[in-house]
Amino acid sequence: MNIVVLVKQVPDTATERKLNPADNTLDRASSDGVINELDEYAIEEALLLKEKHGGEVTILSAGPDQATDSIRKALSMGADKAVHLNDEALHGSDALQTAYALSQALRKLEFDVVVLGSESTDARTGVMGAALAEYLGLPQLTLANKVDVDGRTVRIQRQTDEGYDVVEAQLPAVVSVVEKINEPRYPSFKLIMAAKKKPVEKFDLAAAEIDAAKVGLANAATETVDFAAAPPRAAGTVVKDEGNGGAQIADFLASKKFI
Amino acid sequence: MAEVLVLVDHVDGEVKKVTTELLTAARRIGEPAAVWVGDATEQGKAKLAEFGAEKVYVAPAELNDYVVAPKAELLAHLAGEKSAAAVLVSATTEGKEVAGRTAVKLGSGVLTDVVDVSADLVAEHSVFGGATLTHAKVRTGTPVIAVRPNAVAAEAAQGAAAEEQVSVEVSDAAKTAKVVERVKQEQGDRPELTEAGIVVSGGRGVGSDDFSTVEALADSLGAAVGASRAAVDSGWYPNQFQVGQTGKTVSPNLYVALGISGAIQHRAGMQTAKTIVAVNKDPEAPILEISDFAVIGDLHKVAPQLTEEINKRK
Ligand SMILES: Cc1cc2nc3c(=O)[nH]c(=O)nc-3n(C[C@H](O)[C@H](O)[C@H](O)COP(=O)(O)OP(=O)(O)OC[C@H]3O[C@@H](n4cnc5c(N)ncnc54)[C@H](O)[C@@H]3O)c2cc1C
Ligand SMILES: Cc1cc2nc3c(=O)[nH]c(=O)nc-3n(C[C@H](O)[C@H](O)[C@H](O)COP(=O)(O)OP(=O)(O)OC[C@H]3O[C@@H](n4cnc5c(N)ncnc54)[C@H](O)[C@@H]3O)c2cc1C
Repeated sequence: MNIVVLVKQVPDTATERKLNPADNTLDRASSDGVINELDEYAIEEALLLKEKHGGEVTILSAGPDQATDSIRKALSMGADKAVHLNDEALHGSDALQTAYALSQALRKLEFDVVVLGSESTDARTGVMGAALAEYLGLPQLTLANKVDVDGRTVRIQRQTDEGYDVVEAQLPAVVSVVEKINEPRYPSFKLIMAAKKKPVEKFDLAAAEIDAAKVGLANAATETVDFAAAPPRAAGTVVKDEGNGGAQIADFLASKKFI
Repeated sequence: MAEVLVLVDHVDGEVKKVTTELLTAARRIGEPAAVWVGDATEQGKAKLAEFGAEKVYVAPAELNDYVVAPKAELLAHLAGEKSAAAVLVSATTEGKEVAGRTAVKLGSGVLTDVVDVSADLVAEHSVFGGATLTHAKVRTGTPVIAVRPNAVAAEAAQGAAAEEQVSVEVSDAAKTAKVVERVKQEQGDRPELTEAGIVVSGGRGVGSDDFSTVEALADSLGAAVGASRAAVDSGWYPNQFQVGQTGKTVSPNLYVALGISGAIQHRAGMQTAKTIVAVNKDPEAPILEISDFAVIGDLHKVAPQLTEEINKRK
């Protein structure tokens, strides 16, 4: 069973994240890039599927040069090879343009399952799995906290507001994962060394047959018009409990008319 | 005035609060038309009327048998037929997916998790864990916008809520991911987490699966109960109560964090709460940086005293 995992490089949530005032896009230079957290769960799930059903795990990432670091990290977890979609023309693409571009790249690859995170930590649009299923005309098995494959049938538990839905489809399919699904492994030293030699194929627009008129900032269907730092929260009151901490909160809540 | 489609969120025929918020936002833009999938109840339609829905399009329940795609087909179809000015859905995990697929079908742009929308369809986003506010708009096609629950204040305004059955043929392509079973985990009598005006959450500091301290405080305030991932992963509280990056995003008037350190992933789900109160024994806990009022102490002492005080003052 061949699996493609989508991996996005995002700014480290532990650092200060910024937008670039020149074009209101993400300022990637100002903070360290890391693998989007949920994508590590996607990689882990792909590796577990491979361990059970055989096949190959391919990483697909769209991003600028520095995304190579995240691709290497993904390979060091145990993926077999990678495709790096990297073209200046993709800069500033919005969520659906990115989905279109990734869907075109996926058409060039052989897969039974595409696994991705259900949300990125930077943009958090949470649309990628659904949009890819739409573009590719494949079953949407998103928000999975459990995945089982039996022959060509795949079943997931889809996390819902009230509990979960059991959803069934035939392969090939698009599966997005939530963090309840597994616990990602740490790369071993051996795998880190081996990852250096694993093949990373470069795709540009032409290689993936992406229509240049459908991607990039200038063609985006959405536009960020402006941004500003949120007004800082006024410094709060911090008190030490001297036996009346609960009563002090009650006073505060009363002053705010909550009680 | 052009119609603004609002996808109704309902549980067992009861309309969720977020839908009344979406209708309120829709009224700024045009004429709200609610879209109801399943059997519309009288009580539900009355609620939609109360918040200004001029029309209620009712589509067959069968659309719910498959993941997301049929709803997107329905919305895209109606948006085209009615030349809608915009499509609004709630920014729940599923709502965002519906928004994404609908926008692909319409060839338009999508804005998700917005906290406000203006009359001229400029949407406000609160990004990077609430640190930055952005304004964005859709420049191609019918704007599809997913609005975060509790972000827009619902205001009543009578609408006609004229019911119209819409028959849609779900395409084969939209039937590929079939829901074969629905499992509902018990919710109790408390308000739903994303809808609640007050949320009281417990974290690893609660120390065991005995969440009664958290629940008692929540009940004294008429609040929903939430939990950090650490508490959920320890098996102390069910999954659907997780607040945060990969749990629910809540935006209540008051959020009380008991024994929660305030990791970035937790804050991503609650940072837009209007007032934040924390009880934590560590004076260095990051949650204090965003708290309006915090007590450094043992939650097992502070929370019961608070509950008692609240019940006394009622
Ligand atoms: C603060 C901010 C807000 C934004 N808001 C919007 C908006 O409202 N509407 C809009 O159209 N665009 C928006 N964008 C642009 C959007 O972030 C990008 O287009 C992005 O590439 C895709 O969206 P996402 O990361 O939110 O996708 P999500 O759906 O949140 O990501 C889910 C998964 O998709 C996969 N994935 C996502 N991107 C890639 C990639 N480049 N390569 C490989 N896999 C990937 C990963 O597995 C990831 O876990 C915003 C950007 C920023 C920085
Ligand atoms: C991909 C990914 C997604 C994630 N998604 C989420 C998410 O959606 N939601 C989420 O919450 N987390 C999420 N996390 C986890 C997050 O990083 C933290 O690990 C988690 O929020 C910690 O929970 P906590 O604050 O309860 O526990 P801890 O960080 O261990 O904090 C416990 C706190 O309780 C205090 N305490 C202990 N005993 C007492 C006492 N008796 N009285 C008062 N205070 C006490 C301690 O001082 C400490 O501050 C995610 C992580 C990853 C990698």
